[in-house]
Amino acid sequence: MIKFLIKGLIRDHHRSLFPIIIVTFGTLLTTVLYSFINGQLNDLIDSNARFDTGHLKLMTRAYDKLSNQIPNEFALTGVEKLIESLNNKYPGYNWTPRIKFIGLLDVPDENGETKNQNTVFGMAVNLIGKNSQESERFNLDKSIIRGHIPEKPGDILISEELAKRMKIDIGHSVTLLSTSSNGAMAVQNFVVCGTVKFGIGVMDRGAIITDISDMQFTLEMFDGAGEILGFNKNKFYIPSEAEKIKFDFNNHYLNKGDKYSPLMLTLEDQNGLGEYLQYINVVGFIIVGIFLIAMSIVLLNTGLMSGIRRYGEVGVRLALGEAKAHIYKSLLYESVLIGIVGSVIGTILGLAITFYLQEYGIDITESIKNSSIIMSNILRAKISFVSFYIGFIPGLLATLIGTAFSGIQIFKRQTASLFKELEV
Amino acid sequence: MGDSQIIQISNLVKDYAMGKQFFRALHDVNLSINTGEFCGLVGPSGSGKTTLLNIIGALDNPTGGDIIIMNNSIKDLKNKQAAKLRNESIGFIFQTYNLLPVYTVFENVEFPLLLLKKSKKEREEAVMRALEWVGLSDKVNSRPNQLSGGESQRVAVARAMVKLPRIVLADEPTANLDAANSHNILQTMLKLNLELKTTFIFATHDEKVIRYLRRKVALSDGNVINDIIMN
Repeated sequence: MIKFLIKGLIRDHHRSLFPIIIVTFGTLLTTVLYSFINGQLNDLIDSNARFDTGHLKLMTRAYDKLSNQIPNEFALTGVEKLIESLNNKYPGYNWTPRIKFIGLLDVPDENGETKNQNTVFGMAVNLIGKNSQESERFNLDKSIIRGHIPEKPGDILISEELAKRMKIDIGHSVTLLSTSSNGAMAVQNFVVCGTVKFGIGVMDRGAIITDISDMQFTLEMFDGAGEILGFNKNKFYIPSEAEKIKFDFNNHYLNKGDKYSPLMLTLEDQNGLGEYLQYINVVGFIIVGIFLIAMSIVLLNTGLMSGIRRYGEVGVRLALGEAKAHIYKSLLYESVLIGIVGSVIGTILGLAITFYLQEYGIDITESIKNSSIIMSNILRAKISFVSFYIGFIPGLLATLIGTAFSGIQIFKRQTASLFKELEV
Repeated sequence: MGDSQIIQISNLVKDYAMGKQFFRALHDVNLSINTGEFCGLVGPSGSGKTTLLNIIGALDNPTGGDIIIMNNSIKDLKNKQAAKLRNESIGFIFQTYNLLPVYTVFENVEFPLLLLKKSKKEREEAVMRALEWVGLSDKVNSRPNQLSGGESQRVAVARAMVKLPRIVLADEPTANLDAANSHNILQTMLKLNLELKTTFIFATHDEKVIRYLRRKVALSDGNVINDIIMN
């Protein structure tokens, strides 16, 4: 009997091919849309964590209060010891110091006179030190356009866009003018060793990167750092875990009266990211939810139409002696089969498109050229565990429910009514 | 119910709801049909013949009275029991053939046997025998859309007869056929009636069919107005 029904299913394209195409399409769209929103969310977290917030960030209370002014006079001191203690207490995280600064980059001509000047935003990170993962975090290997990563003190990386604007080439000397942690003027010469493009508008417009030792010397922050960032060793931001460490650390240093006492913040505590992530989560949930419902209604309707279309066939089968419950079950089995086949094909195609969007993405550089948010210029999707099954919700469930609803009519209608519908 | 009596209809009433009103399609019908009869419910459209045929076939329930078919009371039958009765003992032939279009002739005729859970060998033998009866052994792999109207109705006859039912109910079986095909189909059914002692009950107003009937039960406005047994 099963073989007989499957034969009919395969031969009748209205019962198999067309519903499968609709289910496939619905599943595909659901998978891609979900993965795309997931990709944006992950990208936002990842970019912010790598370039600015870390999964956890440690600074002084005063630095936190004025953080938008980059107040290096309130920087942490005794950083080496502090990192050692953090490594011991929270071994699941990598802790690394950073100094942010702003300044004026001066390009001299052959006579030592100013040829070009530009304000810059700088980051001093541990590039030369042993076991540093900062180069990897900034994805420097892939972001280098010309030259190489700093290998020795005095090397500096500048953004490709800035280099072009200031007509700087590899090997050129540049002078950075900034303010030391004591409020004095700080001047330091560097040699441009490479140019970078991160694909993040705010960084690419005018950022420079140096090794932290250079800026500790330049800004007179010996054994100091504006911030210490903590990164989960498994590379993922886990809010509950980060929150727990923050709570534990801050409880230990509960000296609110001392503006130099350290304060730990999670990624979500910084730059309004918590609210933003929540907002994106809610919006994403609503979009995916609306889409899921819309697709479910379409597929439910397909199930209904398929059931109604077959009233005639149902009438014949009843007349030939098949029980209503048996017919109902066979309709449900068919819809499960169609739902599974369509959902599997749709999910595979959806994952293939998602993979393409994950690897190559959509370039929106032009649209965000003036944006100050740390976000990637390339919108990417991300395949997650949920991507593998979310399409099955409309694909399988809605098809099944649609058939179940239409099938109920078999029980509601008098057998003779179904029988009469044959006489058309 | 006597040994030869296969259907006993007693005080049968059937009402259909029409909004808040009821339309009485059958009025207190009493009838008994014996095994091997070749009889017809005749009358114009709206006389109640199809309604009566549907209730005999356990496709509809009576409003009042009852029909006893082979010791089964139609009004007491549950859905599953009604399906079992149709499956084992009743064959249907429809005006519009109602073959399942995606299946071949062989598969259409085979379907009732699948419901009876017959073995593959039994099914093959029974299907080929039924197709031989109707002269369509060479069309086993054809699809319904490749058949003429007469051929389609012969397949429908084979499908009704393949399980050797005790009763065959035929609702206007020749309505869509020309005279030659009608004659052919009726000859086949008559032959099966004589050879297998299958009881045939027709609902018809087609003179071509009426000429073949050995018993005519005339209906008018839901009443039996005449019951003539031909010699």
